[in-house]
This record gives sequence, C-alpha cells and structure tokens, in this order.
Amino acid sequence: MEIVLAIIFGTLFGFVLQRVGAADPDKIINMLRLKDLELMKTILLAIGVSCVLLFAGIAVDVISVDHLSVKPMYAGVTIGGMILGVGWAIAGFCPGTSIAAIGSGRKDALFFFLGGLVGAGVYMAMFANFKDSSMMQPLFGGAVSLAANAKFASIISDVNGVVVASVIGLLLITVAAMLPMSLRK
Amino acid sequence: MYWNWKAGGLALGFTFLITVAIVQPIGVSTEFVLFDAILARTVNPDLVVKDESAKSGYASSNAYLNQSGGKMAKSVAKPMNYGIAFVLSIALGGLLGRLSSPKHKERMQQVPECHQRNFSNSYGQRYILAFLGGVLVLWGARLAGGCTSGHMMSGMMQTSISGYLFALGAFITAIPTAILFYKS
Repeated sequence: MEIVLAIIFGTLFGFVLQRVGAADPDKIINMLRLKDLELMKTILLAIGVSCVLLFAGIAVDVISVDHLSVKPMYAGVTIGGMILGVGWAIAGFCPGTSIAAIGSGRKDALFFFLGGLVGAGVYMAMFANFKDSSMMQPLFGGAVSLAANAKFASIISDVNGVVVASVIGLLLITVAAMLPMSLRK
Repeated sequence: MYWNWKAGGLALGFTFLITVAIVQPIGVSTEFVLFDAILARTVNPDLVVKDESAKSGYASSNAYLNQSGGKMAKSVAKPMNYGIAFVLSIALGGLLGRLSSPKHKERMQQVPECHQRNFSNSYGQRYILAFLGGVLVLWGARLAGGCTSGHMMSGMMQTSISGYLFALGAFITAIPTAILFYKS
C-alpha cells in the first residue's frame, strides 16, 4: 500500500513540476536572472496555500500532526543552501526537477543526476570528518517552527498556530500576486 | 505552454498538501545518498549489516548511513521503500507531463536557450555544466539536510526556521550566479 501511494504521489509531483515549467532549465535560470518571475510566483503561491491549509487541516483533525517533519536548523543548512544555489543557477535543475526532466526526455538532466550521485556520494564519504563540527550544532533551538503545533517546538508559542500560519501564508500569497512578471529588462 | 502561476501554484500547493496529509512531506535529495549506498553495497556487502542493538535493526560502517539508529541503513537494506518508489515515480510524472502538453510533438531543445545565447550550442559543454551543477547541488543539499523540495517547499509550508534560512542561502548565491553566468 505504501508503495502504491509512493507511485501515485511521485507521479503527481513529477507531472506538476513538468507542467509548471520547473523541469525546464531555461525557466529556472530566467527566474534566477529575475527575467521571468512566473515560476517564482507559482512557488510562493504553492507554499502560501499549502501552509494555511496544512495548519487548518491539523486544527480540525483532518491532517495528523504526526505527519509534520520539521528539519533541524544549524549553520550547515544555510551554507549548504548557498552551495546548492550556485549549482542550481549553473545547471537550472534541482534534485526533484532533474528527475522530472529526465522523464520528460532531457539528456542534460541525466548528467545533472549523475553529478548529483557523485556529490551525494562524496558528502556521505566525508561526513564522519565534520559531523561533530560547529557547523552542525543546533541553532535557534534546532527543529523549530514559527507556527505552534503539538509535535515540534515553536518560536511563536503563545499565539494559535493556525493564526500564525495563516498570516505567513497570506503574506506569501500576497507577494506572489504583487510580484511583477519580470524585474529586469 | 506551461500552466500560469495561478493554476500552477494551486496544483503544486495541492500536491505538497495531499502528500503530507496522507503520508509525509515531500523530499528528494536523501534518495541520492540511498542510490549511492545501494550501488556501493553491490561492491561491498558489509556496508550495511543487521544489528539487533540498532533502533532500525540495521547498522552501517559509514557514519552518515548510521545516523538516527541506522534509519538510512535500513532503507539501503530494503530498497523497495516509500522514498525510493516516490523519487523514481517523479520521472514517470515528468513523462506524462510532457505527453499531455499541447506542444509535445515539437522537438525538445536539448541545449537550453540561455546556454546557447551565452556559450554555444554544443551538447558536451552543456552536459559538463549540468554534471558540475549536480555535484554542487547534491553536496550542498546533503550538508543542509534537504533541497528545494524538502527544505524550501515542505519546510516553508510547515513554517520551519530551517526551511526559511535554507531558502535565504540558496537565493543569495543563485541569483547573482545566474545573472553573472548567463549575462544575455
């Protein structure tokens, strides 16, 4: 059953990534060049809507709070993000979109995927050397969210989680709507 | 040719929401390590072993796979699991997406236009850049503990501090890199 769900949701995810243009490196690179922000608007709207509905769903017991999986914060999160950003801009792919792109017939995505296997393999092999370094120590309390919930600690713990998530979500949706289609000519 | 941001944003948001509602948040980059480990295990079968004392029942000689009570070691030993099936199915979705596009019969531009404008229409050069990009993206994603899916989309959806600070790091380098690298 678990595998059936994996196939359904994985296929849905790949389908949507392809249809919004996220599996197209030109679309990603032009977003990062601030020339074509449609995909940025798509992403912001997606996060905003899912954020509000996720916390609303938890509040009315339609979604189990056990399904939340807040990842820990440490300096490596932002440093890793910065390294990822360079590769993302050069290749125009990220891990998920490269796999959707391979399915859609892009050969360059296959080379990105192979490079990804090398990058992940090198990290796995060298992890023992810096797993105890200061870069890996929890920051701001580690696995912490902004909106309060019954599973993880929260920074804004004295306000109802649905209210905080709704404010954040509506803010993201507003930015998605206000953002122009292009910031550079 | 692609969905506009309103339709696309709602579809993408729904995908993340339904997946977390029924199973767990979407994430992709962990599976790259698992693919590596599954390949490595065909050469070195002792990479992952059964270990009754470990929380997952499996242990690994590799410190990374051995984290969290050998959770990843177990996924290597039992590769028919949710995460791997999910990630492989993304390719099927990409294929269906292309086939259902109105212009799917047009020949695909294999070298991106951004690349052609700034460099050349050579396949080899584009493949090398895509490969190098892949190395950086997955190395960075593993240091961060997630990628654009797990940290940025799923993380920000859950209002995770880590998701927001990951996205900040990614855009801070990605925007100037793209502007300088692809000038025209």
